[in-house]
Parts: sequence; structure tokens; C-alpha cells
Amino acid sequence: MERIPNRFGVTVLLGLAVLAPVLVQNDYYIQLCTEILIASLLAISLNFLIGYTGLVSLGHAVYLGVGAYAFALLTKNVYPSMWAGLIVAGASCALLAWFMGVFCVRLAGLYFAMLTLAFSQVVYTVAYYWRDVTGGDDGMLGIPKPEIGIPGAFSISLESFTNFYYFVLIIVAVLIFLAWKIANSPFGRVLQAIRENPERVEFIGLPVHRYKLFAFIIAGTLGGFAGGLYSTFQGYISPDLLYWTQSGEIVLMTILGGMYSFLGPAFGAGMLLFIRDTVLNFMEYWRIVVGGILVLLVLFLPGGILGSFEGWISRLSIGGNDGDETRS
Amino acid sequence: MELDVSFWLTQFLNGLANAMVLFLIASGLTILLGVLGVLNLAHGSFYMLGAFLIFSSSIIKNPSWFWVGLLLAPLVVAGFGTIIEAFCLRPLYGRERLYTLLLTYGFTLILDDLVLLIWGRDYKSVPIPALFEGRLSIGDFSYPVYFLFIIAVGPLLGVFLWFILNRTNFGKLIRAASTDSEMLDALGVNVNRVFTGVFALGAWLASLGGILAAPMRSVEPGMGVEIIIESFIVVIIGGMGSYLGAFVGAVLIGMLKAFGIEILENFAMIFIYALVLPILILRPRGLFGETTI
Repeated sequence: MERIPNRFGVTVLLGLAVLAPVLVQNDYYIQLCTEILIASLLAISLNFLIGYTGLVSLGHAVYLGVGAYAFALLTKNVYPSMWAGLIVAGASCALLAWFMGVFCVRLAGLYFAMLTLAFSQVVYTVAYYWRDVTGGDDGMLGIPKPEIGIPGAFSISLESFTNFYYFVLIIVAVLIFLAWKIANSPFGRVLQAIRENPERVEFIGLPVHRYKLFAFIIAGTLGGFAGGLYSTFQGYISPDLLYWTQSGEIVLMTILGGMYSFLGPAFGAGMLLFIRDTVLNFMEYWRIVVGGILVLLVLFLPGGILGSFEGWISRLSIGGNDGDETRS
Repeated sequence: MELDVSFWLTQFLNGLANAMVLFLIASGLTILLGVLGVLNLAHGSFYMLGAFLIFSSSIIKNPSWFWVGLLLAPLVVAGFGTIIEAFCLRPLYGRERLYTLLLTYGFTLILDDLVLLIWGRDYKSVPIPALFEGRLSIGDFSYPVYFLFIIAVGPLLGVFLWFILNRTNFGKLIRAASTDSEMLDALGVNVNRVFTGVFALGAWLASLGGILAAPMRSVEPGMGVEIIIESFIVVIIGGMGSYLGAFVGAVLIGMLKAFGIEILENFAMIFIYALVLPILILRPRGLFGETTI
């Protein structure tokens, strides 16, 4: 995390992302790539809490769900606009995160995890039973993909998978870039200091609770955008998006890739969705495979896949052979 | 008026029966939190395993199926728990707590799919054991005997647990480990073995809960991840590490659900959260909690 991301690596990654639809040439995989982009944003947003501030949230699905429902309710019932939908998704989650955060950031450790879990389950219960608004456990169908552009001048339809992919890529890239800027700002450094030693930061005279609250709101807002994108991407949402196992999955993505690396969670999101997709081709029991990988990872590679890889690379390049020899 | 009283009495007893099952799961969960400092997300899976094992046992047409299952299934699950603790959790104690959380989440995923793989996706129903069939009638009021059996078993197991914790050597070690496991280690006690024992005991209790609940609920994959949320709430209300708190919390939740349903049909759970959120916010250690985690 302290390392500045390799410019070369980021260029390659971005190039691959831009060329992906040309490379895969297949609607199914373009959709998988789109989903991976959205999940990457979601995982990176959660990492603001886990990796940067050291707060393990077990309720992050609440933003995925609330963002998704906000987008769906606005575009279906009020005004079918992509931008308005996304803004409402982000804004509603910012407000929700603000409200929840005021209570959550005062707790730490397991209590923080439990309170976030409890809040998200409240929202889940409301979405599940408030049939008139959310459609209850049937969820909501037919969420539109409104066209974008300037009214009267030009418009771009997002119905084609490729167009939609590029639209999501631009939004996600901009938001991730923003997140990266925040993470590397003095504000982001303070968050890392809080993770390492909150008492000390308090002694310096910085308002730890307020910093945590901002981190909470940033994570929630970014998660809300991911929820809005997911809503229009799938065209169908259900309360399952808000269930605690969904939150667990987002944590899993974050750790799978590596929480101490900025792009690690995105990598984890890609891994998880790819593994699920691959396993589902053979059998429906993808959870056994993912759970097994998770167990092995926690036991033998706790830095996450990309995190461990980066550490290995930097040992090779910075420490030369010394690092390796002392290890072996 | 007569009818009304018997209706509320039924609700009360239903709430109590559900509370006893919840208590079995939450008591293990809370002891694990107090002693090991582990929030075991897979605890609900042990409950699920217990229910599915008793289902398999009920297929055997021998009348003693329930008792054989009641005896063997929790031992199987406890053995399973022992393996998880000894080989997977133990290496993680020195590290950040996040990792134990993730590990148990990984086992939740594995066990959920394992159950699907072995028993299939469809709902199962477990018959009520022959001894407890039928209803007990007093005047106009009648109530299923099996539910009364559960209501009786709960406090019995509670006393049994209390006895283990307060009157046996193992219990003394558990309490010592929850206060200061390092000191216990320094005194020459094999703390690892105590931890394994606690984990196995928790798994044993949770699967017992699953067995007792099976005849009164439908047995399905996913029942584990559902019950764990309610058990957490019980633990939060009662206070992490407090075994008495788990009992009080379970009864409270059982009652709230039983009577909440009458007031607001679908929003019974909202009552529960309305209770939990202020407790977590104002008194995060719960009503009876003293242990620091």
C-alpha cells in the first residue's frame, strides 16, 4: 500500500481492460468482464475500511443493495436517467453511511463488525418485507439501461454489451482513480496511521472518530455507485444483495487479492468471479472450491494473492538476492 | 376469553421452545467468543449438520433412530469441530482476528455446499420421535408434547453446562483461559487442548440444537446462515462470553418473535433489531458481558 503502484503495470492493466471486448469477442465474457469491473469497485471501496483504516466491516453489502434499489426505484418510477440514477445511488449511500457511521466508528474490532452486520441485516429485513416499494423477496425486474448523451444533440444507447462495458469501464476507472488519489493523500496516510495505532494518532491531536467517519462515508459512497451500476447491469435485483453472506463475499474478494495493496481487492474480485464462472461450468458447487481456496489462503498466504506477489517482486527488485537468501 | 388465554399460552410456549434451540447455539458461540476470541461464522453450519444428520438417521426405520442420532450426530460434529480447530484455527491465534473470521467464513461456504452435495437441495422433514408424538391436553388447552420436551431439555442442558463450567476441572480451565490464557499457559496448562475442547463443546451444543429443532422446522441448506444471525443477536444482547446472558437473550428473542408476529406480521425481526442496535451502541458489552474481547 505504501508502494506507489507500478506505472507499467497499471498501463498494461488499463490497456487490457480497454481491449477486453475485442480480445474475448463473446457477449458472455464481455458481461463477465463488466461484472468484474463493478465488483472491483465494490471491493476497493470496502478496502478503505479494512485495509486502510483497519475496520473489518461485515455489512458492506448494504451499499451494494441500497445503491441498487435507489437506482432501480428512481429510473423505474421517477425519471429514467443513467446519471440521475447513479448520483442518487451514490448520494443515498453517502447519507446512509453517514448515519450508520456516527454509531459504528465509535466501536472497534469485533463490536464494529457486529454493528455493521446488524445494520445491514435491518436494511435486508426492510427490503425483504416492504413489498409495496421493493417488491419483497421477488425483487425488482426490468431495471432500464437509459441512454446517455445530451438531449436533442446526440445519445448513445447502452443496450449493446460492448457499449455498456465501456460505459462501466469509464465510470469505474474514474472512481478508482479518485479513490487512489484519496488513499494517497495526507488524509489517506492518517487512515493508515489509525490502522496501525489509533491511540497515537489521538495523542497527536487528530480527531480519530471523524477520520474514521469520513473513511466510512467514502467507502459507502463508492459502494453505492457500484450498487447503482450493478442494478442497471443486471436489470434485476433482489434482497439477496443485502444478505450478510453477500457482505462476506465482498470481504473475501478484498482478502483474496490482498488488503495491503491498492489494486489487490480488484484483483481478488476478478479472481472470485472467474473461479465461480469456471467452476459453474463443471458443477454447481462453486462454494466448496472458493471456500477451500479461502481456507488455504488464510493458512498459507495471508497477504492475499496480489499482495504476496507484490511483496515477492519488491523483495526481488529492492533487496536483490539478500531477501531471498535470508528467507531460505 | 378462554380461547384467548390458550392462544397466548401457545405463543408463549412456542417462543420458549424456539428460545431453547437458540440458547444451545448461542451458548457455544458466546463461550467461543469469551475464551478463544473467535467469532465463529461456521457455528450455524454445525447446527445445520446436526439437523441433516438426524434426518439421515430418521430414514432408518428402527424406532430408536432418534436416540441413536441424538447420541451419535453431535459426537460426529464435535469431532469435525475438533479437526477444524486443531488444524486450521490454531495456527491463526497469534495473527489478526480478521483471519479467524475469514477462515470460519470459508468453512461456512464449504459446509453449505457439502450439505447440498450430500443431501440435495429440496426441503426435508424429520418426523417427531414416537415417544413424543401427540398433544398434551389440559381442559380445553392442548399442546404438542415434543415442544414441551424441548422446553424441558433446554434448562437441563443449561444446568449441565453450568455444572461443567463451574464444578469440573475442565470448566475451571475454560474460565481461566477466558480471563488470561497466557497466564494459564505459563502455569503449564496445555491451553491448546483447552481451546480445542471448547470448540468441540460448542460444535456439540450447536448440532444438538439442530437435532432438537429438526422435527419442528423444515430442514434445508441455508438454515445455518440464517440461524447464525439470530444467535449473534442473542450473544450481543446477553454479552459476549456470558453464558447466563445467552440464556436470557435467547428467551427474550424467542418471546419477541412469538409475540412480535402477532403485532406486525412480517416485521417481527424489526423488533429484535430495535432492541439490538441500542444495546450495541450504548452498551456494546451486552447486558451481562464483562469479558473484554
